[in-house]
Amino acid sequence: MEIQDIIKEENKVYSTPELLDDVHMHYCPGCSHGVIHKLLAEVIHEMGLTERTVGISPVGCAVFAYNYVDVDWVEAAHGRAPAVATAISRLWPENVVFTYQGDGDMAAIGTAETIHAANRGENIVMIFVNNAIYGMTGGQMAPTTLLGQKTATSPYGRRADLNGYPLEITDIMATLRGTCYVTRQSVHTPAAVKKTKAAIKKAFENALAKKGTSVVEVISTCNSGWKMTPVQANEWMAENMFKEYPLGDLKNL
Amino acid sequence: MNDEIRLMKGNEAVAHAAIRYGCDGYFGYPITPQSEVLESLEALMPWETTGMVVLQAESEVAAINMVYGAAASGKAAMTSSSSPGISLKQEGISYMAGAELPALILNVMRGGPGLGTIQPSQADYFQATKGGGHGDYHLIVLAPASVQEMVDFVALGFDLSFKYLTPAMILADGIVGQMMEKVVLPPQRPRRTDDQIREQCPWATTGRKGLRKRNVITSLELESSKMEIINHRLQARYREIEKNEVRWEEINTDDADYLFVAFGSIARICTKAMELAREEGIKVGIVRPITLWPFPDKAIEKAAEGKKGILCVELNAGQMIEDVRLAVHDRIPVCHYGRLGGIIPSPAEIVEELKKMIND
Repeated sequence: MEIQDIIKEENKVYSTPELLDDVHMHYCPGCSHGVIHKLLAEVIHEMGLTERTVGISPVGCAVFAYNYVDVDWVEAAHGRAPAVATAISRLWPENVVFTYQGDGDMAAIGTAETIHAANRGENIVMIFVNNAIYGMTGGQMAPTTLLGQKTATSPYGRRADLNGYPLEITDIMATLRGTCYVTRQSVHTPAAVKKTKAAIKKAFENALAKKGTSVVEVISTCNSGWKMTPVQANEWMAENMFKEYPLGDLKNL
Repeated sequence: MNDEIRLMKGNEAVAHAAIRYGCDGYFGYPITPQSEVLESLEALMPWETTGMVVLQAESEVAAINMVYGAAASGKAAMTSSSSPGISLKQEGISYMAGAELPALILNVMRGGPGLGTIQPSQADYFQATKGGGHGDYHLIVLAPASVQEMVDFVALGFDLSFKYLTPAMILADGIVGQMMEKVVLPPQRPRRTDDQIREQCPWATTGRKGLRKRNVITSLELESSKMEIINHRLQARYREIEKNEVRWEEINTDDADYLFVAFGSIARICTKAMELAREEGIKVGIVRPITLWPFPDKAIEKAAEGKKGILCVELNAGQMIEDVRLAVHDRIPVCHYGRLGGIIPSPAEIVEELKKMIND
């Protein structure tokens, strides 16, 4: 087989997505954000939604998502992305609006906005990147930090008596009548990446069909914050995070 | 709907004015003494007529961030609240100033600090005119003295905020919000179509229709040299607003020996006080700032020429008086009379204060 035969369109399994800018990302090598950005870019393009999609970026590492995925973006104040998305979605019902939120954004400072937007059944997609740590500010404890996990603000490990328990906000979201699809995925293996892409696609389809709020949690690594190599981080995540945050659909209506 | 003469509360009138302006979205949270704005909008159901979105948010913080989202997508959006709720909104207001977005915010002031009281106050003058949230910015601040001005300033506030791409605030007090007066409602204007918004607001996040270059609304810039350029741009715009948009009213300033400077409902009480004082032979006139920012400092300086003194009457412990003293460079005595905690002075009390100032 000649090289020309191999790179034929029908044989192509991997390429740079149309909507992912060819620029250097500020994310650390090994970080999950890059993969999730790529999946978003792929899904939006493949669904033909480039001209109708508006993203809401959070405060946290993904604050600069607007520098990478080529759709319109609004940068929200910390935790307020669901409120921002609510207004745009209601005022531009033909458009598809998604939020991209970290664990601090979704489960700490923005808990009220997150739960109430979902409880109203806003026709939006929430991408929730849970890496159990505050990456942007230098590795502090997150609401989803595991018990015993060491961070800059829990240097001896998170203690339930001092810091409370890891907040499973996605489980709470699944109980709300406004949500139609709540799922927890990861992007640490090619198979997991494919599943996450399918989940994101389903969430966008739900928004188009006005079915209510879809939540796609992606259990992610922060190898810099966790002070591990990318490979160690993937292993640690599979060993520890998946126990606290089991993968799979929590709700699929 | 054409011009209509009605009798209604200031808060209620704002709801009618918003619909008739062609406002796209109102997002609010109940708080006394302004809950009638949201109540009236819910009762009027504008989504059935103009298509305006009305939403009771989970908090003032959520409400202002909904306004931020709506504004980012080019829509004419507003919120209303009262003092403690306006404190919560400062986050979103600062973000909108930073991201150069148009929006209208109504503050029907009540007494503070803290939870304070539900009675009228003007104690949020500093907060409204000096920024309010973090960062170097100003809001365009309009101070209505009547229910009619509550209505008129909805359109004016929206128009100015879209002209200068910065949020505008109507700084009312509980008296103007709660009192009923005759009011002329303007005719219904159509809401802008989505295509009109795309044309008027090419910067807005409306979706990349026609595969145009992507729009990003943000107030973030980590490179300080670029952040300084953004700040200079904002400051240049504020200078432009100061040049073009100062509004005030003068009553009997020409022959006066003394001046009252007062804004909002208190300026109306001062009008009666002026009549009482003139009956006693004390020649007093009134300057009523209508825009609290930009402040009519040159107008006050001019009106104060040859006068013997100024009495600032405010429902606070002395806030606007600082701007008045700066305006006249302390060349003549500037005194303050304020009632706190929701007490409203009578015209006779104001005349007494004027006499005290004259005799001192």
